[in-house]
Amino acid sequence: MQEKFHDVLSSFGLPRLIITGFLILLFIMAPFVGADFPTQLTNTINRFSWNAVLVLAMVPMIHSGCGLNFGLPLGIISGLLGATLSIEFGFTGPMSFVMACLIATPFALLFGSGYGWLLNKIKGGEMMIATYVGFSSVSLMCMMWLLLPYKSPTMVWGFAGKGLRTTISLEGFYDKALSDLLQINIGTLSIPTGALLFFAVLAFLMWAFLHTKTGTAMTAVGSNPTFAKAAGVNVDKMRLLSVVLSTWLAAIGILVYEQGFGFVQLYMAPFNMALPAVSAILIGGASVNKASIANVIIGTFLFQGIVTMTPTVMNSMIHTDMSEVIRIVVSNGMILYALTRKTEGSK
Amino acid sequence: MTNENAPLLEMRGIKKDFFGNQVLTDINFTLKQGEVLGLCGENGAGKSTLMKILFGMDVIRETGGYDGDILIDGEVVNFRTPFDALEAGIGMVHQEFSLIPGFTAKENILLNREPKRKNVISEVFGDRLNTLDYNVMTGRATSAIEKMGFHIDADMVINDMPVGHKQFTEIARELSKENLKLLILDEPTAVLTEKEAEALLKSIRIMSEKGISVIFITHRLHEILDVCDTVVVMRDGRIAQSSPASETSVEEITRYMVGRQVELGNKRDIRDHSDAETIMSIKRLWVDMSGETVRDVNLDIKKGEILGIGGLAGQGKLGIPNGIMGLCEAGGTVTFEGKEIPLNNPRHCLDASLAFVSEDRRGVGLLLDETLEWNVVFPAMQIQEKFLKKLLGGLIKWRNEREIGAVTQKYIEELKIKCTGSKQKAKELSGGNQQKVCLAKAFALEPKFLFVSEPTRGIDIGAKSLVLDALKKFNRENNVTIVMISSELEELRQICDRIAIVSGGKISGILPADKPSEEFGMLMVSQVK
Repeated sequence: MQEKFHDVLSSFGLPRLIITGFLILLFIMAPFVGADFPTQLTNTINRFSWNAVLVLAMVPMIHSGCGLNFGLPLGIISGLLGATLSIEFGFTGPMSFVMACLIATPFALLFGSGYGWLLNKIKGGEMMIATYVGFSSVSLMCMMWLLLPYKSPTMVWGFAGKGLRTTISLEGFYDKALSDLLQINIGTLSIPTGALLFFAVLAFLMWAFLHTKTGTAMTAVGSNPTFAKAAGVNVDKMRLLSVVLSTWLAAIGILVYEQGFGFVQLYMAPFNMALPAVSAILIGGASVNKASIANVIIGTFLFQGIVTMTPTVMNSMIHTDMSEVIRIVVSNGMILYALTRKTEGSK
Repeated sequence: MTNENAPLLEMRGIKKDFFGNQVLTDINFTLKQGEVLGLCGENGAGKSTLMKILFGMDVIRETGGYDGDILIDGEVVNFRTPFDALEAGIGMVHQEFSLIPGFTAKENILLNREPKRKNVISEVFGDRLNTLDYNVMTGRATSAIEKMGFHIDADMVINDMPVGHKQFTEIARELSKENLKLLILDEPTAVLTEKEAEALLKSIRIMSEKGISVIFITHRLHEILDVCDTVVVMRDGRIAQSSPASETSVEEITRYMVGRQVELGNKRDIRDHSDAETIMSIKRLWVDMSGETVRDVNLDIKKGEILGIGGLAGQGKLGIPNGIMGLCEAGGTVTFEGKEIPLNNPRHCLDASLAFVSEDRRGVGLLLDETLEWNVVFPAMQIQEKFLKKLLGGLIKWRNEREIGAVTQKYIEELKIKCTGSKQKAKELSGGNQQKVCLAKAFALEPKFLFVSEPTRGIDIGAKSLVLDALKKFNRENNVTIVMISSELEELRQICDRIAIVSGGKISGILPADKPSEEFGMLMVSQVK
């Protein structure tokens, strides 16, 4: 009996067990503190649909052995360039979302290639370098947002007439472009079908990619680069491809996030997106060198569930805002836990 | 000493099971002071478990302890941790090195037992900040090395040492412990060259003369006969035979080990390929492989033969396949079927229908974290686009899981790979079975030409003959030319047609496999530098 318990524990992971238990507890407690259950569920599902693509962006680099993509802000910046340029060029409504994705793509490919080239130079220390790529790209763009010659009155500072605002409303552009598509409403429960479908399509494509010849090679490169080299695989090319994929998914991911959230956030905002995505996939059961689509879905749901449920439930119980504290403890704690387990992989 | 007449070590009725799976049944033996006991048996016979019990390893206690008694000097002991065992004067040299690569030999030998001197800082902050006394250290390390009877440089950094010297450093570390009474050597000669192995055997004799008892675990049976007083053969968790070394023979030990007759060679059928066309011609090959530098190799390989490449460790025999297959920096010309193969890119070789089974199973040969299926089909999938379904007119190359499963199953049966199924992870298999997976991987490529490097290193005698038979069969049935590199001359003589000996990074000679081993021996040492 005890052994069985240990088996379950070690395969599921203690932190994940605690977080799942905590989330279930929150859902059970919600009605008692006066929170409406369907509303809570709607919130959780909504936040899931905003964030899932960003978490999915972690998968390719984990597979190719480049570790967790702490350089996610680089991809997010590509997405932001797409978003702002799409508005600048005067696209409105859902069309602006499509254009944002299209414009973001070449930036993501360009930045991703550079980032991938860099990571190929420093094999073994990817995650450290990735963090600094994130840091420096965000800082560089802080200047660029001010200096680039944007003109659209919806985006620039009102009094100066130049430089982008920190927060840009998407009303009239692609606010809820996906979420409102085929939305299902049952009482107070509403499901953003369009956004979920969009994620489902991307997740399916990722799953399918990992079942192709190239995807298999990518996983093998992550599992044992020497083996892959001996089998005639171009290791550097595979790693580069995974970084480009990850960067592109991050670009699309931030656009999906914005359409749900309703605002484009510039300057330091991209910086805060990497850690939640990293910890979400780790909560989902991924390790530093293994990740699946199921890890993405479970992890995003658990993480976003905690983030949405704690303010309502905990706050009405103890009348203090604990949500931010819990979010930080959970996300950083999870990353720390995963990094300590890193060496458990092969050999 | 509590009792002058009691043996140093006695094991009485040792039993051990892992979750109901009986791995040791009723083990009894005694070991006198200064006696050398040879312990042999196939992989999985229970040797390691027995030694873990003796050494008080955590894994034993965590899995429910053991039954029976261990007596040292006539007193029952129960080691709860390896530290208890060390205290009682038992030292162990494990198969894997536990040395710190960036430290010198003497630092490793005396690690955590260094002689120390007080200094100003340690007066204030405590003993942990004492200065190491290097002069005394040198003295203690040197005396331990002398005790061993094989000279290694005490000031050499472990990184720069040949494998054999690392092994001797480990032994010296155990010998430097003052109270050492019993030394356990777990396959110490597996990584040594014949010359080094000889030196090790000599130092075992010296230790035994000095009153240190030794338990010597090895797969090389003639070594046991050479050096041991008593031979204990284990099979399936029991002692199959225990007798004085002078009264037994390699054949008898082998019989007890496997419980059946194993043919040791003598089944040779050497063929002459001198009229056959040359399939590969190597000219002026140099390879920069650390510890196995190839300087100038010229070699013609005939179609359909099995060519053995032998030689002492460090002379460059391993560099030849690693250089040609693009895993190490190389230069020179290699012509295969009349076409020159560009070096330094594994892809070109694989495209030309060459395959390579690496000597580094875990580092190069396997995807340890992936399934057997992936391990077997991966190169064939990547190089020859086998096991793929083409969708949308070849735009998408989808893994064909059913074909992959089927072919893996085929090799599991053909090579008798012991596993729970084709989806088991490669790291969960034993060394011998992992080696078979590496062979299956090469066979799945259906190559015209196969390099096999050290195919039997570290695997037991049963798996060994299976691997060699599989290679021979592959050569005969598919007419595949095989070049096999091995440190074990006997093994080469068993299956090869011709054997080339590498010495000093050059081919020192090629002889038919049925020439007496003395002639090969002469070639081996001819150009050693």
